[in-house]
Formats: sequence, structure tokens, C-alpha cells
Amino acid sequence: MSTPPNAGPVRVAGYGLIDRSEPLRFSFDGVEYGGCRGDTVASALLANGVRLMGRSFKYHRPRGVLTAGAEEPNALVTVIEDGQQTPNVRATVQELFGGLRVASQNRWPSLSLDLMAVNDLAAPFLAAGFYYKTFMWPRAFWEKLYEPLIRRAAGLGRLSGRHDDAPYEKAYAFCDLLVIGAGPAGLMAALAAGRAGADVILAEEDSRMGGRLLSEQPVVGGRPGPEWAETVLAELATMPNIRLMPRTTVTGAYDHGTFGALERVGLHLAETGPLPRECFWRIVAKRAILAAGALERPVAFPDNDRPGVMLASAALAYLNRWGVLAGRRIAVFANNDGARATARALQAAGAEVMLIDSRPNASALEDFRVWRGAQVTGTRGRLGLREITLTDSAGSVTLEVDCLAVSGGWNPTLHLACHMNGRPEWDAALAAFVPRPDMVPGLEAAGAARGLFDTAACLADGLRAAREALADLGLKPAALEAPETADQPYAIEPLWAVPGRGRAWLDLANDVTVKDVTLAAAENFRSVEHMKRYTTQGMAPDQGRNSNVAALAVLADATGRGIPETGTTTFRPPYSPVSIAAMGAGGRAEGFQPQRFMTSHQASVARHAPMIEAGLWYRPSYFPLPGEATWRDACDREVAMVRGSVGVCDVSTLGKIDIQGPDAARFLDFVYTNTFSTLPVGRVRYGLMLREDGHVMDDGTTARLGETHYLMTTTTAAAGQVMRHLDFVRQAHCADWDVALISVTEQWAQFAVAGPKARDLLNTMLDEPLTGDFPFMGCGPLRLMGVEARLFRISFSGELGYEIAVPARYGAALFRDLCARAETFGGGPYGLEALNVLRIEKGFVTHAEIHGRVTAFDIGMARMIAAGKDCIGKAAAARPGLSGAEREQLVGLKPASPQTPVSAGAHLFAAADPAVRKHSQGYVTSACWSPTLGSWLGLGFLRNGRARTGEMVRMVDHLRGAEMLCEVCHPVFHDPEGGKMRG
Amino acid sequence: MRITCPLCGTRDRREYTYYGSDDYLNRPAPDAPPQAWDDHLHNRDNPAGRTRDLWYHDPCGTWLAVTRDTVTHAVHGVDPVMPVSGRGGA
Repeated sequence: MSTPPNAGPVRVAGYGLIDRSEPLRFSFDGVEYGGCRGDTVASALLANGVRLMGRSFKYHRPRGVLTAGAEEPNALVTVIEDGQQTPNVRATVQELFGGLRVASQNRWPSLSLDLMAVNDLAAPFLAAGFYYKTFMWPRAFWEKLYEPLIRRAAGLGRLSGRHDDAPYEKAYAFCDLLVIGAGPAGLMAALAAGRAGADVILAEEDSRMGGRLLSEQPVVGGRPGPEWAETVLAELATMPNIRLMPRTTVTGAYDHGTFGALERVGLHLAETGPLPRECFWRIVAKRAILAAGALERPVAFPDNDRPGVMLASAALAYLNRWGVLAGRRIAVFANNDGARATARALQAAGAEVMLIDSRPNASALEDFRVWRGAQVTGTRGRLGLREITLTDSAGSVTLEVDCLAVSGGWNPTLHLACHMNGRPEWDAALAAFVPRPDMVPGLEAAGAARGLFDTAACLADGLRAAREALADLGLKPAALEAPETADQPYAIEPLWAVPGRGRAWLDLANDVTVKDVTLAAAENFRSVEHMKRYTTQGMAPDQGRNSNVAALAVLADATGRGIPETGTTTFRPPYSPVSIAAMGAGGRAEGFQPQRFMTSHQASVARHAPMIEAGLWYRPSYFPLPGEATWRDACDREVAMVRGSVGVCDVSTLGKIDIQGPDAARFLDFVYTNTFSTLPVGRVRYGLMLREDGHVMDDGTTARLGETHYLMTTTTAAAGQVMRHLDFVRQAHCADWDVALISVTEQWAQFAVAGPKARDLLNTMLDEPLTGDFPFMGCGPLRLMGVEARLFRISFSGELGYEIAVPARYGAALFRDLCARAETFGGGPYGLEALNVLRIEKGFVTHAEIHGRVTAFDIGMARMIAAGKDCIGKAAAARPGLSGAEREQLVGLKPASPQTPVSAGAHLFAAADPAVRKHSQGYVTSACWSPTLGSWLGLGFLRNGRARTGEMVRMVDHLRGAEMLCEVCHPVFHDPEGGKMRG
Repeated sequence: MRITCPLCGTRDRREYTYYGSDDYLNRPAPDAPPQAWDDHLHNRDNPAGRTRDLWYHDPCGTWLAVTRDTVTHAVHGVDPVMPVSGRGGA
């Protein structure tokens, strides 16, 4: 290292809020160091004299820590665990624990010797817009050369490439008042609101609450700041209406009082036990106070990026909070009064201090050397600051220092206030943007976030904001006075960039210099939004928190405009990076969406049926038997079983909607194309439902259980959509009708029993046996071993078929019993594959056919739109273009050679036409091997298809590379007269 | 985003399904001219400002007409499509 032995940062006695009784060991780049409980990685490294913590993004410049908080642009590290690594962790945020392992990033082979730093030598060629200008041609180079090159050079840390199996959480919270930030303003606000009885959430990004009371340690109420904060926090902790949330960053402000927040739950613990790493909160607050404080900003001067150059507030925080003196010889470079207190404190702690004040008229009365009207114009020390050059009217001087503490003034942390598109206003006296009122409805800024940089003003303003919120909430404020504290004057003369040779960095995180911004302006990227995208300023993980205002000022200067005229950049959520794992907590694998299981689920799984997803439902695909090699073997057997003896299938996933009331019949007439008011009690009818735009929405059977009582079934896929639709029609168009609807899908388990032996099977278990009198499309109640059940004689297979429904709690038992009895007839359960084959053989449509773009005419059901009544979709279905010879109509397809597979998705062409898109005359929607007919079969849509029966058309599947001739036929292949199911 | 269901109270938008403009409530007569049906089905304004649109509260099955502002996102009013007193048979 280039630092002399008696230089560099050091831990000093008598300072800091760390627990020195508990030494901790941790490692950085494989080297072991010691630290204390209460340290961050950054403070512990500094305490060990380590200033070099990372390499910059683009030029691989050696970098040290700039800040002491979450806004850190330089000190990004990777936290290493067994088999896992988390990149881009801010060393200023990661708390130390015993055994913590961290590594630096963006360097090769090591942090002190980084060969990628060759980029730094090439810097003259890598200015803003370099990518746009260089990687333009030849076009063919993009994929093979440029993109891999850029990708390799891009990014900071690396992921492990493995699944992150660590637990994350998401949670919801509600409160009267959300206080964001627990500094002086936030603590006062929370105390006032808490005493008044409001439900308060106090969220603080830091691990410890207190804000500047901890880092600056002003005397408050006659006591040191941390002590006063502890007293307030102790009182807040006793209040049941207060929830203290340390380590919680409020990341976004959204509509209607909704806030996003990220809590670091287990990231600071060596052993997390059952705790998640992070929790993403959605907090709904009636009122909110933004007391997020302010962020100090750097000044751009030549080579202002060396390890050892940090913000003055950071140097003060490292001293007061963590007992680390950032250097032995410290120069403070400032354009405002605020940094003077810092210089004094650093001197009091034992550092040799000098102050460089850019203001010619600033006071020189200090116990240390003050240069007035001077600016830092250069620095030296490649891996750590060694000396600085300062220039004033008398000329230039070189000073040997190991730390340069910079203060370019303060920016209120107003980001959340801008999240709903509100624009802040420029305060010339503060040389900063401050929030306007009501930028986010219900959110009020207080304290430093509102531009009040004085502790006394912050305390009073927190109280004010709380009282206003309490008045809005209708609560009476308790008697409470802000405590006494000394005034801290804040006067500033703007200084954004110091001219001179060498690169002056604005955005340290993305390596953007003053010259890059002036270049953008020169190339006419004069809008701040254009400049930002051209230079990438503000687009790094710190989102420009350290550089936006200065970059804007430089752009304003370069374009000859004022700062307010130049504009502001837009702050969008999240305020701080949020891990995707936290936002998507619980959403992996089974947690991705809810799972719906039928009552027969366990029995199906016990029979080794592969369960496949049907919407949220899981349905058995087939029930394999020993000796069956493929799913087709099982499927063919199950189809033959239903055609030859009897099969059992759980059909509970179909939507069931119970419709009751004197106007129930009238209602069904209105939502279905066909008529249900004429349906006798004890009968079932197939119904077709259209959307208002005239296309088919769904189909299904509806049973009339009583004079004013119907039970509608929907397809599995459309159950939710149909329920929503019926609710709409009922509430929007039939408000004064006496009819009520409710979904009973979950309440009934329903099983299809189908095949020539279906009746015989049921008769083995019914209290009163069925006779042939129970007609096709009949329904009625019956008793099944003492249980009230419902029987429907309907068939989706084309065989003699019944569906029997029992209350869901009997479903599992009934399914097992039905299967066992079916087996005594040579039958058994059948799955979705067989169900599909059976319905294709019968030409019954599913949502493969009624996919949203077909009309009743297309599927051959135009006559089902009853003439004598209105119904949803009727007017639109009559529009020209929705019927006629030009329409693609439902047809059956039989391959010329029966053994050749028909493929769903293939297109249909006239036999003589070339198989290109413009000649496509239709497509295949469903296909299967029919064991019953010994042939492949298909259903599909073909232009003017019904008139083309007998024609040979060409089926071409470009995707699978299949092609053959098919015969167009009627879609009902099996038992077209329906004798079997009526029999 | 939060919408106040008149039956259930204020709820997160995740509980609602959006359907579009409340123009859809005004169903033309069955024999209305094609243009009236075309307007009813397809033609919508896209206002910057006040709008009234339809939301379905999935847990309770209530259709709501929500008056809101597309610029400020403020919600000015929520009315059930069917007056609560008119819930015959329920």
C-alpha cells in the first residue's frame, strides 16, 4: 500500500456506539480482520486501515467508501455464504457478524492489481456515447463480437448461478400514520402521534434509530443526541400502538396511501434460524410523514475519486457512530458552514485538520488552518489518497493528507415525494430541490427532507407534521414540546465542479465525469432526460442520489440555463434496490399460484396417475397399469373400457353455479342463446353462451332442479369468467329481477360414470335402483347409502352416462367406491387423456375449439340462437361477417392413411395449393388416436368446411414437419345417431 | 391502488378485476342500428382526467362503477352497478 505507516484511518478510544466488548472476526477478500458488534463492513474495514474497497464500474478505478449509508456508490461487495453469493451489497449497510465473508468485485486478478484497469488508460476513447458511436457497424459484428464484449465488461458483482433457496417473506401492514425515517423529525413525529393514540409505523433504513442524532450527536434537551433518542425509543417501545421497524427501507410511494418497504430481517445475523433474509412489506397508511433526512453531496474536482476521499458527513459518522477516525491528516473541503462542525469534531478526536472553504468571505476563525476562496484542484495516490493540491488566488499548494472530507451542501431526501410524478421546486438559498406540498396525497415532508437542516428546526417540524396528520385523522394531539437544542447555521455558496486538468467525477457509481455531461450538451443532448441516458449518469444502483443535482447544475451551466429551467430527473420506485426474491417471496414452485385439488386427488395419486394442471386444478392424466409402457397404452385401454364396460371420471372441476328465484328461468333465457324457461323440472339441457360481441363464451349443461331452481355447469377453464359475466348481466341489466346466483363448484364432488355397464354399476350402490325410465337428459335427487345426492343423465363420452354429485365431503369415499365397483365390471377410472379421445370421437367441443374467436355459426350451432327472444350476444352475432361461407367452420378430419398422426395446430390447405400462409384455409384444433375407429382423428376449422365434406385437404404442420392429406367429414365420428347415450 | 367496495370496505386492487368504461352498462335495444352496437362494444374514449369505469370485486361478486381520475389517480366515488336496495332474492 502507498499509505505511510502512521497514516490512514484508525479506531479511536472514547468514540462510537459499538460494543467493544464483543470482538468479531470477518474476512474481506480472504484476509481475516477484527471488528465489533455494531460495525458495518465499511466501518470495520476502515478501522483496520483498509481504504480500498472496490473498483469502479467502467474504468476499474480504485475506490474507497464515499458515504456511511445506503446511498454508497463505491463500496459494493459480495457477501459469500456456503454455495451462495449475494453481489452488490453496500458495505455501508451490511452489518458485521462473526464469520461474515465478503469479497470485492469488478477486479481481476485482485483488488489492488486489477488488469481491467487498462480501461482507465483507454479513457479518452471511452467517453459518454462511446457505445453508440463505436459499436454501430458492421451490423454483422453485433451478435458475434460487440455484444459478448460489452456483456463481459458490464456489470459489477456476479451471481452464484444457483437457486437461491434462502427464505424470503412478504407481508402487509396497515396504520394511521407511517413515519419514514427515525431522525430528530421522525422521532418527534412518532412520539407525538403515539401519545395521541394513533396507530403508527416508524420505519428506519438504518439498523439503529436516531439518524443524525447518532452521527452528529448534537446536544438535545441537555443530553447527548443518542441518549435522547434512546429515551424516546424506550417510550415508543412501551406503546402498543407503535410499531418500530428498523432495517426497513420504504422503497416506493404508490396510490392511495400504499407504500412498499424492504426489511432486512436476517441479513445481519450469523445464524438466522427460521428468520427470512428479507421481507417485502406493503404498508397502507392513512397519512405519512417523510422524515428521511438529507444526503450530503460531493463536489466534482479533478481526481476526486481516490480511496480516502469521502463526504464530510461520512467522516463524522464514522467517528461518532463507529469510533473510526477516517485519517490522521484530514482536509475538509466545503462550500458551506455545516462542514465546520465536522472539522472541529475531527480535530477534537485527534486528527490534524485543515479546512478549505471555497467561499472567499467565509470566517477564518478556527483552531486549525483555514484556506478561504480556495478549491481542491488535484489529488494523488493511486490506491489511497496521499496528497491534494489546493488552489486559491495566491497560487497552488500541495498538502499531504490521508483523508479528504468533502461537502458540497445537502440535498433533501425527497425521492418518495416524487414517486407519483410530482416535481420538486428549486430553493436558491439552499441550492437544492425541496418538495412541494401534496406531491403525494397524504404524505407530508418534515425536517431535513423539507430543507430544514437545523436540528432544532427538525424537531419542531416533526411535531408540526404530526399535529397536522393527527388533525386529519381526527385525533387530539397530546401536550408535547420540542426539546431545546443549539442552532446550527447553514449558509452555502453553490460549488458544483472545480475546473482543471484531469477527470472530475460526478457519478462515481457509473463513472460519469463533468466532461461527459458537457460533451452530451455539446452533442445536443440538452434535455436532462437525454443527458442522463447518453451518459448513464444516475442509472447505477445509487440512482444518482450522489450525483443528480450536480450533474444537472453542470448541464445547466453548459447549456446556459438556470437549474430550475433545466429541470429535474424523475425519481421512480424503488428508492433503494429491492431483491426480486423478496418481492416474489413465496412465489416459487407450488407457491407460484394456488393449487386446487379434487376430492379424488389422493386416490388418483395412489393409483400413480400423473396429475396435470387444468387452470389451477390438478387432474389425473391417465391411470397406468403394470405392463403399460406409454401413456397411450393406458389411454387406449381407458377409452376401450368406457366404450366396452364402464369408466369413472372425476368431473368436479367443472364450474357449478346455483341459480334460484322466480326470475331464474327468464335470466337463463337471457344469458343462453337457447331457451330454458321451457325446460321441465327434472330435465337437463345443453346451453350455449355468447359474449356480447357475438362470439361463443362457453357451453355446458343446465339442470332444472325445481320450478325456481337451476344448476348451471360451465367448462373448467371458463368457470371464473362465466361467474363474473353472470354477475354482470344480473347486476347491470337485470337489477330488478328476483334471481340470485352463487358458485357451488367447491361444494359438490361430481363423478361421471359412463359406459354400457354404467347403470348396472350405480344400481349396486343406490338405495333405490335405477330403471330405464330415468331418461337421457333427466336429473333428480336420490339417496346414495343414506347421503342426499344428485343424479344427472348426461354424457360427454357418447355412452350411456350418468354424473352423480354428492356433497364434497363424501367425494373421496365415493370415488374410491365407484372405482372399486367399476373394476368388478371390467372397468375402472379414466383420466383426462381418455376423456379427450372420447369427446373427439363424438365431436364435442372444448375450449380448444371455442377459443374466443368462433361464433355459434362456426361450430354449427347457429340454430341454437332462439328466434323469439333477446339474449346476450344475439344482436352482434347477426353482424355481417360472423356467418357465411367465408367463415372457417368446424369439421372432422380423417387422415388418408389412418396410422399417420393428425397434429393439432397444423394448417389446412386446398390439395393443390402451396402450403404458405396466404393459402391457409383453416387449422386443426384437436387430434387423437381413436382406438374405437382404429384411426387418427382431428377436429378443426376449415373455410366453408361444412360444404366440403368428402374433399381431401392438405394438412401441413410446419413446426413438426408433418404433411398429409385428410378427408373432410362430419365432426361426429362415433355413433352419429346417438343411440348409445340415449339407450 | 385501493378501491372502497360499498359492501366490504376499502380493499387493495388485487381483489378487483378491471373491465373498462361504464359505457358498457348502456346496452342498446336488440333492434338498435349496427352503429349503436358497434359503439357499445368497441368505441371508447380515453380521457386524461375524470373517467368512470367498471370493476368487479372478486370476493363478493359485486360490479362497481368507479369514478376516478386518470391523471391524479384519485378515486372520486364508487357505486355498485346494481343499487344495494335492489338485491331481490338474495
